Amino acid sequence: MSTEDVLKDDYKYGFYTDIETEEFPKGLNEEVIALLSKKKEEPQWLLDSRIKAFRHWQKMKMPNWAKLKIPEIDFQDLYYYSAPKKKESLSSLDEVDPELLATFEKLGIPLTEQKRITGVAVDVVFDSVSITTTWKEDLEKVGVIFCSISEAIRDYPDLIKKYLGTVVPYSDNFYAALNAAVFSDGSFAYIPKGVTCPMDLSTYFRINAKETGQFERTLIVAEEGSYVNYLEGCTAPQRDENQLHAAIVEIVALDDAEVKYSTVQNWYAGNKEGKGGIYNFVTKRGNCLGRNSKISWTQVEAGSAITWKYPSCNLIGDNSQGAFYSVALTNNMMQADTGTKMVHIGKNTKSTIISKGISAETSQNNYRGLVKIMPGAHGARNYSQCDSMLVGDKCSASTFPYIEVKNNSATVEHEASTTKISEDQLFYLQSRGLDMEKCISLIVNGFCNEVFKTLPLEFSVEAVKLLEMKLENSVG
Amino acid sequence: MLIEVKNLHAKLSDSEEGDKEILRGINLTIKPGEVHAIMGPNGSGKSTLAKVIAGHPSFEVSSGEINYNINGKAQDILELDPDERSKQGIFLGFQYPVEIPGVSNLSFLRESFNAVCKSQGIDEMEEDAFREYLKPKLKLLEMDESFLDRGVNTGFSGGEKKKNEILQMAVLNPRLSLLDETDSGLDIDALKVVAKGVNSLKNKYNATVLVTHYQRLLDYITPDFVHVLYKGQIIKSGDKSLALELEEKGYDWLIEEANS
Repeated sequence: MSTEDVLKDDYKYGFYTDIETEEFPKGLNEEVIALLSKKKEEPQWLLDSRIKAFRHWQKMKMPNWAKLKIPEIDFQDLYYYSAPKKKESLSSLDEVDPELLATFEKLGIPLTEQKRITGVAVDVVFDSVSITTTWKEDLEKVGVIFCSISEAIRDYPDLIKKYLGTVVPYSDNFYAALNAAVFSDGSFAYIPKGVTCPMDLSTYFRINAKETGQFERTLIVAEEGSYVNYLEGCTAPQRDENQLHAAIVEIVALDDAEVKYSTVQNWYAGNKEGKGGIYNFVTKRGNCLGRNSKISWTQVEAGSAITWKYPSCNLIGDNSQGAFYSVALTNNMMQADTGTKMVHIGKNTKSTIISKGISAETSQNNYRGLVKIMPGAHGARNYSQCDSMLVGDKCSASTFPYIEVKNNSATVEHEASTTKISEDQLFYLQSRGLDMEKCISLIVNGFCNEVFKTLPLEFSVEAVKLLEMKLENSVG
Repeated sequence: MLIEVKNLHAKLSDSEEGDKEILRGINLTIKPGEVHAIMGPNGSGKSTLAKVIAGHPSFEVSSGEINYNINGKAQDILELDPDERSKQGIFLGFQYPVEIPGVSNLSFLRESFNAVCKSQGIDEMEEDAFREYLKPKLKLLEMDESFLDRGVNTGFSGGEKKKNEILQMAVLNPRLSLLDETDSGLDIDALKVVAKGVNSLKNKYNATVLVTHYQRLLDYITPDFVHVLYKGQIIKSGDKSLALELEEKGYDWLIEEANS
């Protein structure tokens, strides 16, 4: 087999669910926002904050500092709300459209009580709304709140008011402002003091409807001494038009709390010619508010036509720790500009960044990261390692590390490398009976090993499979 | 007959017209149970011959045949990819084993073993069973089990890398082993261990080709035939005594003989 063979174009999650939906008219204005807020029976303060965000957003421009070619997006030509038609309120899963249950079953996420996955509680978001959350009652027994953000706004208004928008303010950036104005659902998790969450929590995002943007919002609050492992997955149908996904994830960790957030992102990436695919413009940030708190972001970014995403940590509490482990794979015409920001504010704060970028075909893969040591961050330490691997000779990879140090006692280390899969490596493995595809997947998985190690086991198996599938028939 | 190389000519794949061929008409027949040594001065084409038989993409065969016994029939293998040749029992022990960072030796060996098993219709092995299967082989090569959890050849010493090659050979149980300068970079103790390993894998169904500079290895692995390669041709074949003669007199007399 020649080393120039092209990638397979199969995306097994690319199906569409034909379901009756309710949507708002296309376009975005204050009436649409008011309609959304009313639909969700929101309190006045939330509507006010949405309007404030919207007015701010109108004055903003799409950011263009990333090394990405983003076509003009007509924000008035999108649907901002699309939801499967349902009865007024769902008291049990029996009222969920069987078509939806079938959809998630097909995606590997059975929701019914008999079939739901053990050990993981899942909140499933379909277009603009959360459909259901599994294991909710079991979690409630230990005081863990896990539900859709819409329910949380209704049932836990004090918690929402206290934390929502405190990590990512609406004014943070263009897409954050847009999300703050129009977010339609998402997940909320609250881990009370001293509780180790008895199972992994997870949100699964599915975009189904055409020409619809998905704007969901996730908020995770970990009280003193608590621990939670959070997983996120995403897929979308195969379509010729691009679709917008602009989410916000906020994490708050108090004293001695630890949150591990892992994502396997497999949005539809468009076809080989670059037609279609999701624009994944996401703001994810965690505040290590408390002493000794820890937040880690692990991401496997293998989908989306364009990825603009920088999961970050503000290390505010003394001795707090942030980590970012990333594998970003781009192939065909995909573009990714992803990385992290670690802002050291408290004393003896520590951050670790391990980024592995793999580019194949004519894709563009960038790491962009900021390590900022503030004046009060005595004894802060950062270690960054950014490695790029090129598969073939038509793709490109860039690394943009920014380092700002305002305290002399800080230690900042940065290492970067770019490698190509060598002919010698390929021949060595081939001469041991492994076919070309297997050789590449072995080399690539070895390259990503440091990051995969940090994923929960089921996720790391999935990540390996996903990379293998993405690299099928692609050879350097 | 296990393998028959007929009038084999080869050059670098990206070479330009008029560039010299590295192999210029090699003829060599190997039967099961035999050990052949290929010797010769630097640049004579010894390693290239081993690599071409294994299917290295850097070389292009310009003419000639390599016929290899598959299921009792001689088949030309020039069109087969390296992995297909490996599945048919051809093994190349590398002069410079390659590092694959992040991939554990254990998973590499198991992937390799299972790929070959699968092609031969044999059941693949689970990790625990495979570890058991490896134990006596590790012992034979005096390798510690901790080897298995290290990255493939990553941070290995020269001797460890060579032992690792023979371990792979022991795992895959090939019919034709081409050992390219396996003795280079080995101290005498490691050389004895490697030779013991190779000798214990010998049987009447398989054959070994030793590509080497020095007679030293042949003190421990006795060849049935010794061939001297010079400028891409075999200029002399003989038995073990030829190797001893070379050790004593060097290559010059043979080269003069060939040129006259």
